[in-house]
Amino acid sequence: MALERLDLEHLPAACQVYAAFFRDVSNAEFLHAQLLSRNGEFEYAFIDASSVISRLHLLSAIYSAVNVLLDGALRTPNVHSEIVVSLNTNNNIADAYRRWGITPGKTKDLIVVKVVAPPSGAQEEPPTPIQTQQAIWDHLTQHVQGIPKPLTDAELARAIDWPKVRKYYRLNGVPALERVADEQERWRQSERLAIMGMALRGL
Amino acid sequence: MAVADAQFPPPKVLTYPASAPPSLITQGAEGRLYKTTHLVPGRPCALKYRPPKPYRHPTLDARLTKARISSEAKVLERCWREGVPVPAVYAMDPAAGWMMMEWIEGIPVRVGINEWLGERPEDGAEISSSSQETDQTPLVDLMKRIGTAIGALHKTGVVHGDLTTSNMMLRPTRGGQVDGCAGDEDKARVVEGDVVLIDFGLATQSMADEDRAVDLYVLERAFASTHPRAEKLFAAVLQSYKETFKKAPSVLIKLEDVRMRGRKRSMLG
Repeated sequence: MALERLDLEHLPAACQVYAAFFRDVSNAEFLHAQLLSRNGEFEYAFIDASSVISRLHLLSAIYSAVNVLLDGALRTPNVHSEIVVSLNTNNNIADAYRRWGITPGKTKDLIVVKVVAPPSGAQEEPPTPIQTQQAIWDHLTQHVQGIPKPLTDAELARAIDWPKVRKYYRLNGVPALERVADEQERWRQSERLAIMGMALRGL
Repeated sequence: MAVADAQFPPPKVLTYPASAPPSLITQGAEGRLYKTTHLVPGRPCALKYRPPKPYRHPTLDARLTKARISSEAKVLERCWREGVPVPAVYAMDPAAGWMMMEWIEGIPVRVGINEWLGERPEDGAEISSSSQETDQTPLVDLMKRIGTAIGALHKTGVVHGDLTTSNMMLRPTRGGQVDGCAGDEDKARVVEGDVVLIDFGLATQSMADEDRAVDLYVLERAFASTHPRAEKLFAAVLQSYKETFKKAPSVLIKLEDVRMRGRKRSMLG
């Protein structure tokens, strides 16, 4: 099973996070339509992998979204859309969906994140029917037409679109990056800048 | 549990499980610093927490805390982008009063300098760069790196506001030292490493010579009282500051004025 359980530091034990990575997804239109119709069975964060730098980058977005959920301060319908919005460096929600969300006709490589959290506040929607790791995975493999891959930095690196990432995270012409010659180091620094941009969202 | 101290309740974010319990590193007037982990067990981070102040009106308190955390993060991001050696910001919640930053390995510059000075044979005697030129080279080198870091900082339009040798870290250089000057090697190690500026809690964005000069003056005074025996070496800081920062000459002229009257500007107005 390629659905990985992510254990993030400083999250309540009752809060479970699962993630999977699919390459060459052919039914982005269908998945996108499920989100638009607010189909309760498709409560996932569908993230376009081409604008994700690394695992840590993704984990940062998840962490920040779950924190918002715990505070009861969601600004989007649920924690999954909040993950997509967390990837942005500004507060434009539509922009975030367009850049990091699943886009029909464009998204080929897809990261799927599922957060199973105990219903905390009254504003929570009724708990979704699928809860266990196996059930989530079965549901995903049934509906996502793509090749499951492990969610590793190496796999993500194959899907990344650098010009896009540089634009989204304002990495062009940054002195801290330009003086770095080593490619690996540069990648690390880009990741840091992206995470920093997300942390400072809207400031 | 290191933090389960009833006197210092940890922020809510640290009450959730992690691979290792957070440890309280230091307590300042305004906030506390914990060492903990960010996202994954192998990624250490520093968490700065500004607890609510019971003596302030809650609304005002929330606003001040939020503004201070945000402004510190903004300054750090700006410096980091420009390549000034500062910790990167990992995550933050200004409303809750916390910010996670990159954990800087190594020791404070203050400790490094004192260890270096402690090894000197003639205790109590003031040292100067001229009398023992060769001996003091590693320390003078450190002073130059400090000046370079401050020059880079000021160049980005940020003043630190609380420059001391405690607010600078000596981060061990990756890969270690290349040149092999045996004998003095061990001694020199305590003042080796990259200078990283930390604690931007009082930092402001300013391009004014006055503010920059006060920054240098504060460090000069702090240096003289923390390391009186190395006071003469402070000139090396100003020297490399001048070499790094194009607008340094006018700042150094201003520094003369500040030395005459002190940190506070005239109280006439």
